[in-house]
Amino acid sequence: MTVAENIADRVSRRALLTAGLAGGFLLAFHLPVRAAVNEPVQPPDVTDGKFAPNAFIRIDVTGHTTLVMPQVEMGQGVYTSIAMILAEELDADLKQVTLQHAPPNDKLYGNPTFGLQVTGNSNSIRAFWKPLRNAGAGARAMLVQAAAQQWQVEPASCTTANGEVTHKESGRKLSYGALAAAASGQTPPKDVPLKDPKNFTLIGTPLKRFDTPDKVNGKVVYGIDAMLPGMKFATVAACPVFGGKVGKVDDSAARKIPGVQQIVVLDDMVAVVGDHMWAAKKGLDALKVTWDEGPNARISSKDIWQDLRAASEKDGAVAKSIGDIAKGLATGEKLEAAFELPFLAHATMEPLNATVHFKPDSCEIWTGTQIVSRVQAEAAKAAGLPVEKVIVNNHLLGGGFGRKLEPDMVVAAVRVAKQVDGPVKVVWTREEDIQHDVYRPVYRDTIAATLSDGKIVGWKYRVTGSAILARWLPPAFQKGIDIDAIDAGADMPYDIPNFHVEYVRAEPPAVPTGFWRGVGPNNNVFAVECFMDELARKAGKDPVEFRRSMLGKKPRLLAALNLAAEKSNWGQPLPARVGRGVCVQPSFETFIATVVEAEVDEHGEVQLRRVTSVVDTGIAVNPDTIKAQLEGGLIFGLTAALYGEITIDKGRVQQSNFHDYRMLRIDQTPKIEVHVVKSGEPPGGIGETGVNAGPPALRNAIYAATGVALRRLPIDRALISAGKKA
Amino acid sequence: MATTLTINGEPKSFDAPAEMPLLWVLRDVLGMTGTKFGCGIAQCGACTVHVDGKPVRSCLLPVGAVRDRAVTTIEGIGASTAGAKVQKAWLDLEVIQCGYCQSGQIMSAAALLAATPNPDDSDIDAAMAGNICRCGTYVRIRAAIKQAASGRQS
Repeated sequence: MTVAENIADRVSRRALLTAGLAGGFLLAFHLPVRAAVNEPVQPPDVTDGKFAPNAFIRIDVTGHTTLVMPQVEMGQGVYTSIAMILAEELDADLKQVTLQHAPPNDKLYGNPTFGLQVTGNSNSIRAFWKPLRNAGAGARAMLVQAAAQQWQVEPASCTTANGEVTHKESGRKLSYGALAAAASGQTPPKDVPLKDPKNFTLIGTPLKRFDTPDKVNGKVVYGIDAMLPGMKFATVAACPVFGGKVGKVDDSAARKIPGVQQIVVLDDMVAVVGDHMWAAKKGLDALKVTWDEGPNARISSKDIWQDLRAASEKDGAVAKSIGDIAKGLATGEKLEAAFELPFLAHATMEPLNATVHFKPDSCEIWTGTQIVSRVQAEAAKAAGLPVEKVIVNNHLLGGGFGRKLEPDMVVAAVRVAKQVDGPVKVVWTREEDIQHDVYRPVYRDTIAATLSDGKIVGWKYRVTGSAILARWLPPAFQKGIDIDAIDAGADMPYDIPNFHVEYVRAEPPAVPTGFWRGVGPNNNVFAVECFMDELARKAGKDPVEFRRSMLGKKPRLLAALNLAAEKSNWGQPLPARVGRGVCVQPSFETFIATVVEAEVDEHGEVQLRRVTSVVDTGIAVNPDTIKAQLEGGLIFGLTAALYGEITIDKGRVQQSNFHDYRMLRIDQTPKIEVHVVKSGEPPGGIGETGVNAGPPALRNAIYAATGVALRRLPIDRALISAGKKA
Repeated sequence: MATTLTINGEPKSFDAPAEMPLLWVLRDVLGMTGTKFGCGIAQCGACTVHVDGKPVRSCLLPVGAVRDRAVTTIEGIGASTAGAKVQKAWLDLEVIQCGYCQSGQIMSAAALLAATPNPDDSDIDAAMAGNICRCGTYVRIRAAIKQAASGRQS
């Protein structure tokens, strides 16, 4: 915990951040593997003589309060929100609070939705809202009991604030530090009452983040910044063809590069180890590797799409069926469409990395991961050591977006480190990062719907694509249904009497697929919301009006839509070739309506003019974080809609860096307004919601501006330019 | 052969080949990890530092080309008026999310304000378009630059 202590030495009046973690993928469903974790009475394994009433809170005799973060900080602001929830119920003194990354321990720090220590699926606050409040309130109650006992008064006659217990009548006060020892001897109370939300003093306020002060001055330490005495630096290259192996290696030129120390050849990748990354990179450039490309060397995007389209014509496993779909589809006017989404890379700004010090009887790792316990387990396997011999030091993440829900970068680093004497930092080049990602899958969604009297009477929707959960969390894949793949498709918000959703599992050959910020709803919100606009046009209705008429059972979403329409000047005249597009979504238990205004030129180039989002996420723990996640998520999604596509040729990814895997930049960024609706409902998920909102709203704006109904992403400028109308 | 550079006003000596990019000297030789590796081809701006006050991408700048010019990194930018204003505005407006690109963003913004004390939107676009933020903090970056320029308090 040297990181923590160093920070503590030089802190401001703000709460301190001490050790390392990541976040950003949360699922809108509860998995069948849900385990009982985070019971607030459960003591942590190491307390060091502190008052440690549960796994999240430690208070020492000076009153210094350490809050252990069960979810990781990837930029989504969750460290601050978690600390706010704990501190709210604990009535902690924020000036004495330090945050600490949780060590690997599923039992103590597992996310209740997964039963695993994972940060994802916009699930941190949703899943931990109650456990953290219980933990804070339970600890507070024990401190109050200890004080009341000492004063011989009723606990109910005591109050708490800012890390102190006060006996109102006598005016006596004791700090939490002074009570720490006595509180440790208290029996944890059961069913402690939680605060009435109207008495919240932290939750609901735009508190400044705890992790940002060190991010403006270079002091923050990400995994890639780990520095150890005697450390060496390495970079890796896997076979450019997925699944290929190393054939022959000629290292004569590489060894001559100054600073190169060692060439590590594994069966599927090579690494060059040097005095610094520059030597490692130069060495890798000079290394002559003949790859045994294997059977995937013939695979191309064309084949992958051909297979996916064929698979999407088959019947799927039925995920949901309401009413009589055959009757529904035989009624009224029918419209059909298919929507297609490409492979996407994550491209976290912090390139993949792990620092490993392997010894015969132990292995220590420094990295930033969304799955610290799984990383420990997989590293142990790779190291050939028992799990308890593997120490994982987690860090703040320079972006996660789902990429760091995979352990591969750590496993690779351990395999390299096993052949290196002393600690080695393994950093992937951006090219390796783009070409050996675990990609957002390609999806194809087919929809048939019927209209009668201006309303949808039948809706048959089939999702075809990877079952990521079947690989990532096998118990969650049941009866042929990947609940992530259909998320926001099977539970789309519109009230339709005859409704039928199917899923076809289709794994692309060779290309590894995984979670990408926004997960299943990315695909489904896009298809559903794009098709809604086509149906509205067929029905001769305004897109907002058309949606309103079917949102009767979703009052929170309807209210968000109404406000978004008002704030975006929906319906007001616009210049030629400018359009507004709308998207509504109920994903992650958060209700969002978004309007994108865009201009399209005759070449099909799109300029974003304005984005308006209204979000009802229930209780907004930190409203400024909610806004920030929407602003950033929208940019993330719009980036994908405008540019994002990974293509495959000869078994290889064709893109390699930011010149050909483009990102939206500041000069293309529109004005973004986010309106947060006040609500007393439990908190919903937020980290991924903006990502889902941007693409369909943009596509619908293009549709409004040009009449061209795009059905694939990224947007096809040639199609827009040709002006072919749907 | 030892090279000496003035970094954040202090002389720093090290052994490195002249063609080695400044980025790796800073990070791996001197242990100054505030400057970030993002792409290695001057496309993302995460590695931005100042050389004689001008923003440069250190991932492609050979250390031999720096010679006796003054290098400023994120660790030292707070000592300049523009840098301190930018850091403050970044915190006041809570610009930062993951923060990995922000060293580079702040270095680009500080250079902009030092050269153009009251930048308009097109000045901001020109100065900042070389810096990618994957978290999408651009809206707040723009607002924070304007706040830093005007000296307004949040």
